[in-house]
Amino acid sequence: MFHIIDRRKNPKGKSLGNRQRFMRRAKAQIKKAVEDSIKTRGITDIDNGDQITIPGKTLREPGFHHSGRGGDRNYVLPGNKKFVPGDRIARPNGGDAGAGGSQASPDGDGEDEFQFVLTRDEFLDIFFEDLELPDLLKKSLKQTTAFRTARAGYSVEGSPANLNLVRTMRNSLARRIGLRRPKTSDIRALEEKIAALVAENEGDITPTQKRANDATLKLLQAELDEAKRRSKAIAFIDPIDTRFNQYRQIPDPNTQAVMFCLMDVSGSMSEQMKELAKRFFMLLHMFLHRRYEHVEVVFIRHTSRASEVDEETFFYSRETGGTIVSTALEEMKRILADRYPVDQWNIYAAQASDGDNYSNDGAKCTALLAEDLLPKCQYYAYIEITDEREAEIFSSAEGETALWKAYAPLVHGRNGRFALKRVTKAADIFPVFRELFAKNKAEARI
Amino acid sequence: MTAPKTKPGLLFDGADWDFNSLKATYDAIEDIAINEMGLDVYPNQIEVITSEQMLDAYSSIGMPLMYHHWSFGKRFVRDDAMYRKGYQGLAYEIVINSNPCISYVMEENTIGMQTLVMAHAAFGHNHFFKNNYLFKQWTDAEGILDYLQFAKRYIAKCEDRFGFDAVERILDAAHALMDHGVNRYSHPEKPNLAVELERERERAKYEDETYNDLWRTLPQSDDGPEDLDDQNRRQRQEQRRAQFGLPEENLLYFLEKNAPALQAWEREILRIVRNIGQYFYPQKQTKVMNEGCACYVHYHIMNRLYDKGLISEGAIMEFIDSHSKVVFQPEYDDRRYSGFNPYALGFAMMQDIHRICVLPTEEDKKWFPDIAGNNDPFATLREAWAHYRDESFILQFLSPKVMRDMRMFMIDDRSSSPHLEVGAIHDDNGYRNVRRALARMHDLSVREPDLQVVDVDLRGNRQLYIAHTQHDGIRLDKAEAELTLGYIGQLWGYGVTLQAIDNDTGEILSETHYTPEDLVSA
Repeated sequence: MFHIIDRRKNPKGKSLGNRQRFMRRAKAQIKKAVEDSIKTRGITDIDNGDQITIPGKTLREPGFHHSGRGGDRNYVLPGNKKFVPGDRIARPNGGDAGAGGSQASPDGDGEDEFQFVLTRDEFLDIFFEDLELPDLLKKSLKQTTAFRTARAGYSVEGSPANLNLVRTMRNSLARRIGLRRPKTSDIRALEEKIAALVAENEGDITPTQKRANDATLKLLQAELDEAKRRSKAIAFIDPIDTRFNQYRQIPDPNTQAVMFCLMDVSGSMSEQMKELAKRFFMLLHMFLHRRYEHVEVVFIRHTSRASEVDEETFFYSRETGGTIVSTALEEMKRILADRYPVDQWNIYAAQASDGDNYSNDGAKCTALLAEDLLPKCQYYAYIEITDEREAEIFSSAEGETALWKAYAPLVHGRNGRFALKRVTKAADIFPVFRELFAKNKAEARI
Repeated sequence: MTAPKTKPGLLFDGADWDFNSLKATYDAIEDIAINEMGLDVYPNQIEVITSEQMLDAYSSIGMPLMYHHWSFGKRFVRDDAMYRKGYQGLAYEIVINSNPCISYVMEENTIGMQTLVMAHAAFGHNHFFKNNYLFKQWTDAEGILDYLQFAKRYIAKCEDRFGFDAVERILDAAHALMDHGVNRYSHPEKPNLAVELERERERAKYEDETYNDLWRTLPQSDDGPEDLDDQNRRQRQEQRRAQFGLPEENLLYFLEKNAPALQAWEREILRIVRNIGQYFYPQKQTKVMNEGCACYVHYHIMNRLYDKGLISEGAIMEFIDSHSKVVFQPEYDDRRYSGFNPYALGFAMMQDIHRICVLPTEEDKKWFPDIAGNNDPFATLREAWAHYRDESFILQFLSPKVMRDMRMFMIDDRSSSPHLEVGAIHDDNGYRNVRRALARMHDLSVREPDLQVVDVDLRGNRQLYIAHTQHDGIRLDKAEAELTLGYIGQLWGYGVTLQAIDNDTGEILSETHYTPEDLVSA
């Protein structure tokens, strides 16, 4: 008795449950790895899964095993080349290397490190978990706005209006060549030849010539008949030649958006503060990316001067100097005018700062925001990142920073386009983000 | 499209396979295996799966049905990463000791490879499973799939009722003790679904009135320790031991039966892990023989197929290529060396037995008077496959020629000496020593530490005494042992003491007490 069973159609991923349990188990390590990975990867990469490495020993499965060292033992090895009994060999380092497989851990090698790829969802789950993300964001991100018709190759059926002539004719030609359908010009040439011969026969020629002509005529006639028959049998255009343009409706996440990241990078912003800012910017980027087909990111950093920089410089270079926030706003205004016409772009801006500002600059910032920037922006969020120790002080009104004081009046009467929030630790990021970009708010604006 | 023309006489040509060619090939293999080699197999069931499914199957220790646990996920994650990076190929097959015998083959394999796999798994392993005494004694090929189904459902149900964490805690502990959940010497009952279900029902029924030895044997107030002289004390200890059936080498069994605080379902899970450990116990003892048998069988069958003109030169070349990779034995100083390759050793020994039966030398006649020149290699091998395990097989059949061919040598490693010493090599003076040492290396009872529950302190704090009998001064890996003791402590619910006992003198070398608090932090 013997069976062959095809199990290929069986569901795969039988070990999904095991993988999930593994993830649960290794959560602390994976979380740490995800955090490290966030530090090194760019804002625009956040949406992908990632390869992460976690130490293997944290997932140890212990058991009773013999120690590799000490005691008296014999073992047999293959591949003797030079030894004779009584030879002495220095103990290899670690003392147990010679024991080889017999003493090796039952789990085999490769226990030191685990490297594996998180799927995008797993990655985001863990990423957001830290930010205490409820399902809300994902839900609100899922809706798409419009559909766009895009070409989607060719199909063999369709409505006549979509007939693709070029493709159809190309197929038809190929088929006609392949099946050797006589060309119309060939048939005409044959007919002409016959007509010429017939005319010649009626003229004044020798009987020998006439006999020869008759023979040729017979051949030509046969050839002509065959050609006509073939051209009748083989259609010029056959239904199998036809090709139709095919179109598909694809969701169109509404045109494009640009996101301005403004950050104070003067000495008072610590690495940790920048890390918080980065998380915020990442969230914002992800959020926008789901809504718009095309999201551009502009990084502007400032001390007492502002400049547009790349992401690397934005987060990782240190500058010192005074702080004049309005320079950044000026820079944003300039870039907006240069590159992002308001009628074509959805404009978002997020500004992260510790709140320090040059004392006379506040009024200028307020004016710039109120008159130039806010009218153009969909949304402008100001996040003030403060040290945890200082947080308490700032919770009282007297503790407000210069920038906060300058910005606070703008919140009113701006149609909800402007918001400001304080962040002190990673766990704050998401609640703040959610508050800033809560579903109804965001929807009203987009 | 038409199928490629196959040369007359060939079973297949080229690399592609389909179900017809598979069937025809199987029949040709079966003819050789049954009629020429006299193999005796369970009915075969070949299942075609994809490489992804193969990875899945890997991660649940090769079983088609397995309960969920994170350690299987860990294995999956590792294998998956290794495979994707190309560090590690997938096994060509997985075969399950069940009736019918299930062999998985991957769809990506060429037909030549499928031929090899069928010969290897569906006949080699299958014959070994059905005929080796250890498998006959310890496993129930008829019932295993049903039992695993039961185990999977049961554990899933427990997860639903008691939560992932509670179940994981028990499983982790049970897995740590799996190697010590085996009855090594006594004859175990085979798991049988009907009986298991009945027993589980009964257990649930009596859950509330669980009767526990521990409580019954609470000390009487009138015989405090001060009243006891030594002899009296020893007598009481003997009584206690008898009561608990001590010493008990099956740690899981002991805990399942006697741990005071476990819930009924927790005991059931211990039992499940124990039964699965028991099922795999023969496989651990017969790696060399099992793989050797399968390699020998596939090697013979492939060559016969070629001799009979059933497979092409291309197919036999492909076969030789993969075969030699499988039976490759790196030398001790090779970077790839990681111990003896059971495929290589087993195959070399079985080919050698074949040779001894057919073309014996003077040496063989001296060493193997029983079989040398008997001209019946298949019967000789069938005998060996049926009645030996790795250790006894090597002790009985490892010939000087194989030792010479593999250039084996033995190292003496004495902790008292600053050097390692070459104790014996492949020469007349050394053969027997090398052979004995190699056999010991394959003896599970030497490889795995000898641990037993020896006593329970009923008088005081219910400390559980576990003894590790040290042979030749080889100690336990301390860090691992402490973690594992932590698991025992969790199951037992009270402190645990580990004693190290010298095998020769019976002297207690060390005694470490762990309170439940110690164990939690470990």
